[in-house]
Amino acid sequence: MDSFWGAFAGAFGLVIALDPDLMEIIGLSMRVTLTAVFLACVIGLPLGAAVGTFNFPGRTLLAVILNALMGLPPVVVGLLVYLVLSASGPLGPLRLLYTPTAMIIAQMVLVTPIVAALTRQVIEDLNREYSEQFASLGVGAFDRLTAMLWDARYSLLTVALAGFGRAVAEVGAVIIVGGNINHVTRVMTTTIALETSKGNLQLALALGVILLMIAFAVNAGVMALRASAARAAYA
Amino acid sequence: MRDAAFDTPGVASTMPHGQVAHNPLLDVRRLGFSAGGEKLLHDVDVAIRRGSRTLIMGPNGAGKSLLLRLMHGLLQPQEGAILWQGGRMDATARRAQAMVFQRPVLLRRSVIANLKFALSVRGLRGNERAEKIRTALETAGLSHLARRPARVLSGGEQQRLSLVRALACEPDLLFLDEPTANLDPASTAAIETLILEANARGVTIVLVTHDAGQAKRLGEDLVFLQDGTVVETGPVEKVLANPRSEPVRAWRDGRLYLGPNTQSLNNYPGRKN
Repeated sequence: MDSFWGAFAGAFGLVIALDPDLMEIIGLSMRVTLTAVFLACVIGLPLGAAVGTFNFPGRTLLAVILNALMGLPPVVVGLLVYLVLSASGPLGPLRLLYTPTAMIIAQMVLVTPIVAALTRQVIEDLNREYSEQFASLGVGAFDRLTAMLWDARYSLLTVALAGFGRAVAEVGAVIIVGGNINHVTRVMTTTIALETSKGNLQLALALGVILLMIAFAVNAGVMALRASAARAAYA
Repeated sequence: MRDAAFDTPGVASTMPHGQVAHNPLLDVRRLGFSAGGEKLLHDVDVAIRRGSRTLIMGPNGAGKSLLLRLMHGLLQPQEGAILWQGGRMDATARRAQAMVFQRPVLLRRSVIANLKFALSVRGLRGNERAEKIRTALETAGLSHLARRPARVLSGGEQQRLSLVRALACEPDLLFLDEPTANLDPASTAAIETLILEANARGVTIVLVTHDAGQAKRLGEDLVFLQDGTVVETGPVEKVLANPRSEPVRAWRDGRLYLGPNTQSLNNYPGRKN
């Protein structure tokens, strides 16, 4: 029991002391996660909006595929990205394996379907409301998409948040393609897994606490933004 | 001067095409539309004169809003044709039209941003757009609410914004689908004033309404629909002076018309006795 509370005390000590190793791991985690979520949004938002807005052959099939891909097993994604980036893979010459870029790619593959599928639902609902008015005004396809993405921006923040949640908590894929190399590809989740297996609970707990704090802070921020938008009738 | 289509006695849907209005702005010929195996509109002939105010009336489910959407090009006709100034209804024709819906559809933006968006779509920028926005806001009496989110406005204010947004695009033909349903008399009066002012500037008006008073205040020409077809058409005062169908007669007399087989208010369609 003493070691249990001792681990917590040590963890808070590391956080308060702004331990350099801890800060490095947190910094890399945020860089990898935020870049992956940003790229997933760049692809997923317009893709989901297009599927939610336009009628084209295979639209329903695409929507089903996007929904199914939301549940992609991270280790399978890790394995596929590993095969693509490995020396014998199509992107092998780029030598990206065991780099933060590989981790970003893996997280992006995991998060893009989530962003696209949830965006499709949000935009489809909005399109139901706007479509006749847009048709009446003669709004073109590009303006239609951008207008709806802008008007749904507060709902889409929640979509991005769901993607962030998935990416920041991810361990299976990034450990395969990143290798958990100290000072190179070690992020919060992979460190927690490693340090726990080594019995170093202080660092693992400290990272766990910070991971939770980041998740709470981001959620609280987005909720506050949405609440203020709802008060202004923009959401 | 009235058009032949509205002066000729007889039911419009059976009127030979040789008797329709000369050079109407919009010409609906033998229009038909079905959905779910049900014929919602059939053999509809309507000619809209340039500069006129045409009312489309009829009971719920008669096909009024559907006809409006077909005329505006939001839906494609399955039978018949809709001609714009005698020619095809193309993108240019569509840009010469605008529509105001029963429930205002406003973007989740400020009042001014709603106007800006509509005018940008029409290719207006800079001073020209700013001037049009200023005029629209003044016309609607919404200048003091320009920065307010559009969706927090009252129902009447929202509909005024929706109407001036449509008019700011300078349409030749404006469709209005029950624009004053659920509005109080003051808001209704404001909307009707804007409609009459636009018509005085040359905008052709096609208005769907259930309001007999509004029909008398605004109407020049009347198209009365029932069961998906035109049962009566002509100048409002002429139709009212000599209605040929029971629903129009009931409307003129201020009676409730419940259908050909319904004699009592307690025996409305679908009721289980």
